[in-house]
Amino acid sequence: MSDREIPIRDALKEAMTEEMARDERVFLVGEEVGSYNGAYKCSKGMLDQFGAKRVIDAPIAENGFAGIGVGAAMMGLRPIVEFMTFNFSLVAIDTILNTAAKARLMSAGQLECPIVFRGAGGAAYQLGAQHANSFEHFYAYTPGLKVICPSTPYDMKGLLKSAIRDDNPVCFFESEITYSLKGPVPETEYLIPIGVADVKREGTDITLISWSKSVFLTLEVAEALSKEGISAEVLDLRTLRPLDTEAIYRSVSKTHRAVVIQEQHSISSYGAYVSHLIHREIFDELDAPVGLVSSLEVPMPYAKTLESVIFPSKDRCIAEIKKILEGHR
Amino acid sequence: MDQDLVADLYRQMLRIRRFEEEAARLYTERKIGGFLHLYIGQEAVSVGTMSVLDKQDCIITAYRCHGHFLARGGSSKAGMAELLGKATGCAQGRGGSMHFFDRSLNLMGGWGIVGGQIPVGAGFAFAQKYQQTGGVTVCFMGDGAINIGSFHEGLSLAALWKLPIIFVIENNFFAMGTPLEKTATTDDLSIRALAYPMARATVDGHDVFAVRSTLHTAIRRAREQSLPTLIEAKTYRYRGHSMADPAKYRTEKDLEEWKSRDPIKVLGEKLETFGQKDLRERMKQEVDDEMAEAVKFAEESPFPDPSTASNYVYV
Repeated sequence: MSDREIPIRDALKEAMTEEMARDERVFLVGEEVGSYNGAYKCSKGMLDQFGAKRVIDAPIAENGFAGIGVGAAMMGLRPIVEFMTFNFSLVAIDTILNTAAKARLMSAGQLECPIVFRGAGGAAYQLGAQHANSFEHFYAYTPGLKVICPSTPYDMKGLLKSAIRDDNPVCFFESEITYSLKGPVPETEYLIPIGVADVKREGTDITLISWSKSVFLTLEVAEALSKEGISAEVLDLRTLRPLDTEAIYRSVSKTHRAVVIQEQHSISSYGAYVSHLIHREIFDELDAPVGLVSSLEVPMPYAKTLESVIFPSKDRCIAEIKKILEGHR
Repeated sequence: MDQDLVADLYRQMLRIRRFEEEAARLYTERKIGGFLHLYIGQEAVSVGTMSVLDKQDCIITAYRCHGHFLARGGSSKAGMAELLGKATGCAQGRGGSMHFFDRSLNLMGGWGIVGGQIPVGAGFAFAQKYQQTGGVTVCFMGDGAINIGSFHEGLSLAALWKLPIIFVIENNFFAMGTPLEKTATTDDLSIRALAYPMARATVDGHDVFAVRSTLHTAIRRAREQSLPTLIEAKTYRYRGHSMADPAKYRTEKDLEEWKSRDPIKVLGEKLETFGQKDLRERMKQEVDDEMAEAVKFAEESPFPDPSTASNYVYV
């Protein structure tokens, strides 16, 4: 029996409604989450189902409502704080990095912060520079936070449920571009453990490592390569912190080559850290240096023709992969 | 006037004063590292406030937090050990001076980023309302916090969502070295409440009975109507912003004026007029003994084991 196929926005909504139905302490707060049914319709119908006490429309005050979420979490509630996009999370970054992430440590365990910050990360199409940021690595940098970057509807639902049940503060990254993307999602309840990567396509010649919506680009690239007789394994990290290093080493030990494909600028990027780990920990398994395909070092412009070259494109991915396969530096 | 109350308030304020004086001494002996922000002079604000709160109520403040901790009933041993970075400290040496916590007393920190604690405090009140516990939250801040974004966002949402919280600005007239004239357009700081709007009050922070009364009204408003209040308590710190600050930016005259009305001195004199001089002297001795014990405990306690460095990051 095949799974029904539902879009990511519905998978997220199911995760939130299931968790809110099972635990009264869970509530959702954010801009447009209630009466508007969610800026991207991820919370459609939830205000009707749960009422205004638990589905809360916030005014535009990210540091205010993120901070309220953090305080509520310290008191034993389990907030889901939605940032319309993580671009706006910067307004609240002090609260997330300096308070939520550190409360447990600074209080030696007396305070904890079981909160989920979720929202769209990365660029969509032609939204301009301020709405096109990938910040998952800012959060992945921070001890005390967990950072989840799923790709498929199946992963989104299972990981969001786990995030809500996790007693640590979690940053959960979605994508505007993929809210409509459909995929198989079981009707019966399931959870995906945080910190476990997933091989999305098996292969033997090279490991392509990615996360979030870049996984779909990576799968397209793998498909294109297969037509040239190159067998690429696609490893979807799913969680950036904690990172499933064993899955990375297992895959790259098999294929002996790796390229990280990321919608991030390369400088100070997460992919640079993944590359470092592979070199450092399984150097003897490598037949070539680890490659990295990133966004160009340019704030995202508006024009289509400019945007498409700044994103890690299929062409740039294939070029880097071929360089790594041929052993070029 | 309730003489027992006077004695109790006197003792509590003295406890803070003596703790801070010992802390200052240990800092000059380099047994305390980092920053040390002393509460000396401001005792009546904490003590007055805590004396009219219930057990279930929550307190949050910024980094000048020893007074709030002690006034709420925090252990002077645990506090002193925390300052020395010992494993027996109230945050097991993980927090330090700016980050005192005691969850069992609902003393929720001790936070270092100016204004950062304000929306978090509103979050406590949010939870108290959501869970209908009947509790309220008091969120302290300095005059240095009245311009920062989180001040406005926290107060704005507290008013909008009718949260049971009392915001207390401990206005000691200086934000580090910057005098109030350079940071505020008005002498009246609680006037900002009109923007949200919410109820407001101004109180002489050196008058512990006035603090009690003003806080009590606001606490009732929070508990009975679930409405916030912004209170400005005018007070003064007798030392610098921190131990590193020689406080050259103010006059001896101002300092002496505030010291002449020192609440500990005033209540001590009151006790004498009640014929309670012996009691007062006995309390002084007991507080001195308590602090000597606290210092001894702290000095004899072990440092945290380095092998535990990674504890308390995740659960």
